[in-house]
Amino acid sequence: METLAIDTNGSFTSKDLDSGMDVKWCPGCGDYSILKQVQTVFPELGVPKEKFVFISGIGCSSRFTYYMDTYGMHSIHGRAAAIASGVKASNPDLSVWIVSGDGDAFSIGGNHFIHLMRKNFDVNYLVFNNQIYSLTKGQYSPTSERGKITKTSPYGSVEEPFNPSELALGAKASFVSRTLDRDPKHMQGILKRAHRHKGTSFVEVYQNCPVFNDGAFFAFSDKETKKEEAIFLEQGKPLIFGNNDDKGIRLDGLTPVIVQSQNGYSTNDLWIHDEKDKTKANLISRFFDTTFNDTHFPRPFGVIYADERPIYEESMQHQAEEVISLKGKVPLNKILSGDKTWNIL
Amino acid sequence: MNVLQERKEKISKEVDNIVIRFSGDSGDGMQLTGMQFTDTAAFFGNDLSTFPDYPSEIRAPIGTVAGVSGFQVNIGSSEIYTPGDNYDVIIAMNAAALKVDLPRLKKGGIIVANLQGFDKKNLLLAKYPEGVNPLEDTSLENYIVHKVDITKHTKECLADSGLGIKDIERSKNMFVLGLLFWMFDKPLDSTVRFIKEKFAKKPAIAEANIKTLNAGWNYGDNTEIFTTQYKVAPAKLPPGTYRNISGNHATAIGLLAASEKSGLPLFLGSYPITPATDILHDLAKYKANNVKTFQAEDEIAAVCSAIGASYTGNLAVTTTSGPGLALKTEALGLATMLELPLVVVNVQRGGPSTGLPTKTEQADLLMAMHGRHGESPLPVLAASSPSDCFETIYEACRIAIEHMTPVIFLSDGYIANGSEPWRFPTDDQLREIDVKFLKEPNGDNGEVFPYRRNEFLVRPWIKPGTKGLEHRIGGLEKENKTGNVSYDALNHEIMTRLRSEKINNIQYFIPDAKPDSGEENAAIAVLGWGSTYGAIKTAVKELLQEGLSVAHIHLRYIHPFPKNLGELLLGYDKVLIPEMNMGQLLQLIKAAYLIPATGLSKVQGLPFTTNEIKEKIIELLKA
Repeated sequence: METLAIDTNGSFTSKDLDSGMDVKWCPGCGDYSILKQVQTVFPELGVPKEKFVFISGIGCSSRFTYYMDTYGMHSIHGRAAAIASGVKASNPDLSVWIVSGDGDAFSIGGNHFIHLMRKNFDVNYLVFNNQIYSLTKGQYSPTSERGKITKTSPYGSVEEPFNPSELALGAKASFVSRTLDRDPKHMQGILKRAHRHKGTSFVEVYQNCPVFNDGAFFAFSDKETKKEEAIFLEQGKPLIFGNNDDKGIRLDGLTPVIVQSQNGYSTNDLWIHDEKDKTKANLISRFFDTTFNDTHFPRPFGVIYADERPIYEESMQHQAEEVISLKGKVPLNKILSGDKTWNIL
Repeated sequence: MNVLQERKEKISKEVDNIVIRFSGDSGDGMQLTGMQFTDTAAFFGNDLSTFPDYPSEIRAPIGTVAGVSGFQVNIGSSEIYTPGDNYDVIIAMNAAALKVDLPRLKKGGIIVANLQGFDKKNLLLAKYPEGVNPLEDTSLENYIVHKVDITKHTKECLADSGLGIKDIERSKNMFVLGLLFWMFDKPLDSTVRFIKEKFAKKPAIAEANIKTLNAGWNYGDNTEIFTTQYKVAPAKLPPGTYRNISGNHATAIGLLAASEKSGLPLFLGSYPITPATDILHDLAKYKANNVKTFQAEDEIAAVCSAIGASYTGNLAVTTTSGPGLALKTEALGLATMLELPLVVVNVQRGGPSTGLPTKTEQADLLMAMHGRHGESPLPVLAASSPSDCFETIYEACRIAIEHMTPVIFLSDGYIANGSEPWRFPTDDQLREIDVKFLKEPNGDNGEVFPYRRNEFLVRPWIKPGTKGLEHRIGGLEKENKTGNVSYDALNHEIMTRLRSEKINNIQYFIPDAKPDSGEENAAIAVLGWGSTYGAIKTAVKELLQEGLSVAHIHLRYIHPFPKNLGELLLGYDKVLIPEMNMGQLLQLIKAAYLIPATGLSKVQGLPFTTNEIKEKIIELLKA
């Protein structure tokens, strides 16, 4: 795991990250929490403030950039990942954070999303998923559930939503995680992990839109339902949930099964979470859908998958170094003349 | 047979220039054969101009008209500016090739026909009527026809080589080349060196190719059917060291030169597209020269990655052709708003849509000028010849960096793939490029003003990572100076005007327009831009020699125009604007200067011939 030297001279506080711009999200918007958690966590990351760069697309989420007193670019719809690729490739020294929403990342920016995952630049990709288009005032998004009634689907959406973690895993993401706006501590932990992970870290944040899709994720944070509807993954720990921590998930071959302690199962029988196991990560990502024998599974939060593999900008750099040692820099005059010249007197 | 006696009968004929068209199936190796001939002629000191003309399919149906791949070269003992209107010689590897190229063969021109390519099957594929063989009827009686059984001679020559029939077949273009070298009295050694290098790891193939090359030469020298050798004396070019260069390669090394002279790393974000891809190929080789090439997932990601790289302080470039430029336009709006340097290379091709991907056109000028949403002016430059791509792209980089703006550089398929000798500059002859990054707060009280401008309205370039200068930029309208988001009505007008004026100011940093040939205040000015240079130059030169009052003005800077252009054009009675489009520069000129200019349009996927331009000039002079 990478450890970054802490620059004590450059140390800063959460307050230093406030750009002073008026924050213009709607009252009660989940984005406020995300901004707060990011501002809380950043001073602890050991990165000088001037090395942070935020690149955002378009949408409510993407205004985030303006509120952070770091370097930042509020760009165009869907293209933040592509711009961030250029930023990181040209200056690997920067800590690059992409901020996007479900429409920006998965619809108009879908192509850049999957290719960023595949290429594995060492950047962090935060997608504020509220399952709705908010800045354009309420149309269904690629993560809205089938049947969703919105202004563009007055009789219900006929579309199947993306399952973002499954999409990311399918695109070869090296880090796939989920957290939610109403669980600050959890989000802080995930943000730190995302930063530490070398490679593209995909962080899906369930974010409440109080105006156009209020309460979409409350089941995962409300006291009455949270224990039954959400499961919090921890590396090396069994998959346990339920009101009295009395339910667990075990694997029957490749099929997840919900078991109860009252039926004689102990933690030894349960599935132990292993972030590096891609097969299991794929299964966890599919808890999103009710596809296993019609059983309703709790929604997983935490690091679903994390495994390091070569990162783009380093491979690029190594290759350049190899070419330098093999062939050396070509002098400009040699480039200008080419291999074959002739003289005219 | 007494060889010496035989040789006496060969005649040597001195000619000023000669246009040769190599023509065959896509797989016949005509491009390579043509390039080898070109290299040898260049070393010998001829001036020349080439024009590769090939189908968009990699291997189109063999033997058909659709599959014909041509390479045209014009070599001369005086200055050459075009690949030539009509051919003196056609090398026709099959019947389809002859069918395609015969209409442009000069009366009395030479046809070297590969006999096997005119068998029943090939004649049928080329859609000659049943029983018709142009080599056997009277249809070619106005030409000198050499029927050569190239396949048979190649097979005979390589009978003992131990090579398979496929490898032997592949060598037949070397027989053609050898024969051509004899016909035009050129040495073989350059091509021999090339073969040895190319097949360094396959000595048997190298030997076979060299043997066939010599056999071709000997065939010309020894057989009775070839009676004449044509000599094109070395051209009287300005003294210096020369190389051969294509437009795309000139563009690539122009970018390398600008990177080195500005001290900025070069970043190319690109997605492969004909005919621009060569530039990405070329630059991908220079990883040791502080160059990063990024093959993006699409055209949009290509330009966006370049914007990202520009933001961090690189010389950032994206290369494309028309359809790709269309996809990049939203991002160009962003770059205009951000006011970051960015060089956009558009190697134009026939459009719209997929159009004619391997053919040339100049129909993206208005897209380059206006093809963005909102008021988003940016500089547009166009290269006029293969070697001019170097200077023009270098200028595009300089303007982008020194004026903090995206710049569109226009080339086209004709000059991108065409080549010519180039008296290349050395490192120390290149103009300096002035790069300044802001390192300290630029406000009087320690504030950072990302949009505080210098006297020419250029904002500072600030690299992320610079301590104390943290700030946000973005696509939303900015408040003047601070760069903060602003929806203020008057501020938007101020910013729109500032962005426009900044681009207009560039006219003070570029040379004035002047006639390339002919005089100011002549009866007619032919105003061109881009790759029409060679045809206009030759047409005007010939008419000047005939004593006509004509001048040629050629634009490299299309936006902004050189500041004296209007005044210069007003000095002529008439202005003619030839373009490979429906009159796009014509619109711009008329709108800018309200002069009654006349257009000359050609949209055939082919460059102008000299004659087409001459005829129009004469017509206008008489009118």
